[in-house]
Amino acid sequence: MIRLVTDDLRPPTTPPKRHLLSVADLTRDDVDRLLGIARTFAASLERHVKKLPTLKGHLVVNLFYESSTRTSSSFELAAKRLSADTLTVKSTGSSVDKGESLKDTALTLGAYDPDVIVIRHPQIGSPQLVAQVTDAHVVNAGDGKHQHPTQALLDLYTLREELGELEGVHVAIVGDVLHSRVARSLLQAFALVGVRATLVGPPALLPRELPAEATTDIEAIRDADVVYVLRMQNERMEPGANFVPSLREYTARWGITPERLRPGQKVMHPGPMNRGVEIDPRVADSPDSLITRQVRSGLVVRMAVLYDVLTGGPVGVQALAAAEVA
Amino acid sequence: MLWQKDLPGANVVIRGARVLDPAEGIDEHRVVAAEGLVLAPALVDPHVHLRTPGREDEETLASGTAAAAAGGYCAILAMPNTDPVVDSAATLGALVDAARREAEVPVGFLAAITRGQRGEELTEMGELADTGAVAFSDDGVPVASAGLMRRALQYASSTDRALALHCEEPTLSRGGHVHEGRVAAELGFAGYPSVAESVAVERDLALAGYERGRVHVLHLSAAASVEALRRAREAGVAASGEATPHHLVLTDDAVRSLDPNVKMNPPLRAEQDRLTLLDALRDGTIEAIATDHAPHAAHEKDVPFEAAPFGVTGLETAFAALYTHLVGPGLLSLETLLERMSAGPARIFGLERPRVAAGACANLVLLDLEREWTVGEQPFRSRSGNSWLLGSTLTGAVQMTLAGGKVAFE
Repeated sequence: MIRLVTDDLRPPTTPPKRHLLSVADLTRDDVDRLLGIARTFAASLERHVKKLPTLKGHLVVNLFYESSTRTSSSFELAAKRLSADTLTVKSTGSSVDKGESLKDTALTLGAYDPDVIVIRHPQIGSPQLVAQVTDAHVVNAGDGKHQHPTQALLDLYTLREELGELEGVHVAIVGDVLHSRVARSLLQAFALVGVRATLVGPPALLPRELPAEATTDIEAIRDADVVYVLRMQNERMEPGANFVPSLREYTARWGITPERLRPGQKVMHPGPMNRGVEIDPRVADSPDSLITRQVRSGLVVRMAVLYDVLTGGPVGVQALAAAEVA
Repeated sequence: MLWQKDLPGANVVIRGARVLDPAEGIDEHRVVAAEGLVLAPALVDPHVHLRTPGREDEETLASGTAAAAAGGYCAILAMPNTDPVVDSAATLGALVDAARREAEVPVGFLAAITRGQRGEELTEMGELADTGAVAFSDDGVPVASAGLMRRALQYASSTDRALALHCEEPTLSRGGHVHEGRVAAELGFAGYPSVAESVAVERDLALAGYERGRVHVLHLSAAASVEALRRAREAGVAASGEATPHHLVLTDDAVRSLDPNVKMNPPLRAEQDRLTLLDALRDGTIEAIATDHAPHAAHEKDVPFEAAPFGVTGLETAFAALYTHLVGPGLLSLETLLERMSAGPARIFGLERPRVAAGACANLVLLDLEREWTVGEQPFRSRSGNSWLLGSTLTGAVQMTLAGGKVAFE
């Protein structure tokens, strides 16, 4: 997995740390291993006693600068199911409110010698900064519009449980791709396992340069095995930006309704949903919806990630590209 | 052509501030052995942020000009986007006086086009010109209103000063952190498209042509802007342009490192843009290389990319960076590089052209083109270290700088 950050601030003898910062750092083997571990944990959760002693004595810090239900709760529960100690720090009510910088907050939490820092932050590259200034293994739980690697992994896990082999599966990703870290992470993850992706949405919300087919025509979802619906991220829409004329118009042209789907087409959504905007409630609650399954996958995949960064053996050295200006 | 290496035994004699005819003898003198080194006209940087007044923690007149001297510069021009903005004769006069006392090399100051650089009312350009303003600029922010730009062109013509323009259409660049292209799309950064620059360049060149004004386009980054400048010059518009070392060497690919020291405005662009800049530099469409030296406090750059301010330093690395990355691989001749870093900017702003010639003022730089050095190993003379070259090894070093006959660096 897992980019190894060679860090100027530490002596060169310090062994490189395993982090999960971006799907771009993963190989196909990493994905297979992580999903395999997740499946093992899924089986253990079937048992009467759900707690495993695996990470006893380890400290996992959850550092959340953005609101989150699914991601923060599943990371916390994942750590607890593995018997790790957990500490959750949210930006509101902490010294972040007093203007403390991310670097200083990371140094402060780093002083407790956490084994893992899970970070969600509205700015791209925040997990890299935490990895540079602390000795912890860092797991990216979402950084701005950049990456959300555990979401991509849990989506692969869900798809594999549902469809088996993923090579050649066709997924239509629909909606606000421009502002979506989920879409960016998914495209990279899909490329690793041979899933074909088509992006569908309003012109201004489809970045031209992403490596995937893209179309504004909602009819294009008919060819897909799975329709992956993105949230319309109102909080990222500046007033007057005019990405779309109105939510009403968006829903009319790109909303996922039962009429637009073929029978048997699977539907996914990373949550939280805007029912009635990007997804019709009848679709969200239909038997073909995998949305609740995604949430359940989130727990076991995050257990697998915590386990893997802490216990995985050495991997090949990749230096952070930072110094490579030449 | 005294900067050609192969002039064995050539001597340059300097007395006071002047270069003498080698035939003239002098008694007491210091001999600088320069065998194997290159003696060239010293460099002129038309675009520096000295952060004084207001952010003396980032740079002062003394530290910024010491950095300039170390980079081989005998003169620099400072931008007015300080705190307060250089928009009054009082502020400008105080700076001119302070520079006389504190600066290691001569500094020329630009004054703002609009009061407070707010883009609403013109500054008193006449009085500012009389107080020493070399040119006018709202650099850092564009003059958003076309109507006001027209009035600025009209009025500036009465002062015989050029307008140095930061061309950016804010409604297109708003919120953007990096060039809109593949890298921004993949990493999720809000894009600052090249068309945000080029439409503003087109607008200002059209206005300059209409008003017969004199304009200098700052920090060109996009191919379309360069093409617009080329067409305007061919049509007889009094327009010049500059490019920075970072836009000539890097592309937006460097942003993948997420290093805040590759974040600047305008942003690093695509390879095609870089190659177009390089062509224009060769053929003279771009007459000047400017560092856009923009010091920032360490704690301001020690944050995630999107939270970091725009700007990088450049005075101490510009020559070596361009010698290493452009002259070394044969993309640009040393002669052209030195012309664009010295005579070009001097010509645009009406400064005395540094020359290696009898009778000329001794503005000279002694260069060691063999020496390799690693950026950041020695502390910077600048108060700030936000260099895009930290840790890289460069070839070519400044051995000595003379500014106005005085040894400013050795």
